[in-house]
Amino acid sequence: MSKLLLDRLKAQFGDSVLETSNFRGDDVAVLDPKVWRAAAEFLRDDNRCGCDYFVDLSCVDYPDEDDTKGRFDVYLIVYSTHKKHRVRIKARVSEANPELDTVGDIYLGASWGEREVFDMFGVRFKGHPDLRRILMYEEFVGYPLRKDYPATKAQPLVEYRDNTHDKLGPFLADEGMPFNRAPVDPKNFAS
Amino acid sequence: MGDLKVIGGGESGFFSTKLDALLGWARKFSLFQYPFVTACCGMEFMATAGPKYDIARFGAEAPRFSPRQSDLLWVVGTISQRQAPALRRIYEQMLEPKWVMSFGTCASCGGFYDNYATVPGIDKIIPVDVYIPGCPPRPEAVLDGLMLLMSKIAAGDKTPAILKNTALPEGSDEELEKLYQIRMKGKVPVMSEE
Repeated sequence: MSKLLLDRLKAQFGDSVLETSNFRGDDVAVLDPKVWRAAAEFLRDDNRCGCDYFVDLSCVDYPDEDDTKGRFDVYLIVYSTHKKHRVRIKARVSEANPELDTVGDIYLGASWGEREVFDMFGVRFKGHPDLRRILMYEEFVGYPLRKDYPATKAQPLVEYRDNTHDKLGPFLADEGMPFNRAPVDPKNFAS
Repeated sequence: MGDLKVIGGGESGFFSTKLDALLGWARKFSLFQYPFVTACCGMEFMATAGPKYDIARFGAEAPRFSPRQSDLLWVVGTISQRQAPALRRIYEQMLEPKWVMSFGTCASCGGFYDNYATVPGIDKIIPVDVYIPGCPPRPEAVLDGLMLLMSKIAAGDKTPAILKNTALPEGSDEELEKLYQIRMKGKVPVMSEE
């Protein structure tokens, strides 16, 4: 697609655009976290960008990445409904200081996306008015979509029942209670 | 005056036995259900409640959206750890006698959600009377499970039960064809070997 959006971003932010790429028509710009908010505002307000539609805000965890570079990639996808172009901007956030500016007041839909990223990855968004967990519960310790969180480690809110009184599932193949109906005999049906 | 027979705690006399049988008979045909529907199994639950499969034939058609008025808790679908306190609370609010139906694989054992967010089977939280396997179970399986529960209620049996596969009808091709025609009441053309 056109490189218009990437060119506009480069002209506006210069060296703060760390790298750009284009994969099968999808433009990606990796930005310095310092200009994250300004870039979102620029994409929305600039006449030639005109990205008026928020698509997605989420995060990817690269646990093997050097943390001084930033382990988490927070990305924002925006789209222009009348110019028909889309761009994805990324900011690298480190585990040691997982903070980024909020864009929830620029793109209102991003507000819940930021809550989800906070919930799942523990990235804090500075300036977010209501940064709470959105999917998990408040008592949950840790951030489940980080790759170093064990995927099967549950933190039950209700204590599990002990199995001293009733047998708990799963049952073995020969256990349980079969529902045995008499074998169907066609002769029993009057035709 | 004959000897007065004292009925101990472990025994039961003629009257209470008959009363239990009567109560079981009455209860099994008037199950007021509380549908706790959380996931895609709800579609099959709706099909079961709809006119084609018609759960009303078993006296279990009336949903009560207050747990205090219901006897039978249908847990239909995946239960997340976050929902678990609500499910537990609803079960505790139901009045005795009460029964729990675990509808589908996710409710029974967590299904393929082997992760941090899902309860691996509602029996970790509340006691279950009948497990209906399937992902999701067909309405026929649900009706089988309901009839199994009804027989358990009539027998006063509180042990957990799992629904097993029902046997397919056996017989020669002609017998099966005749059975099929009888069931379909002649609404389909006869299959011939042309």
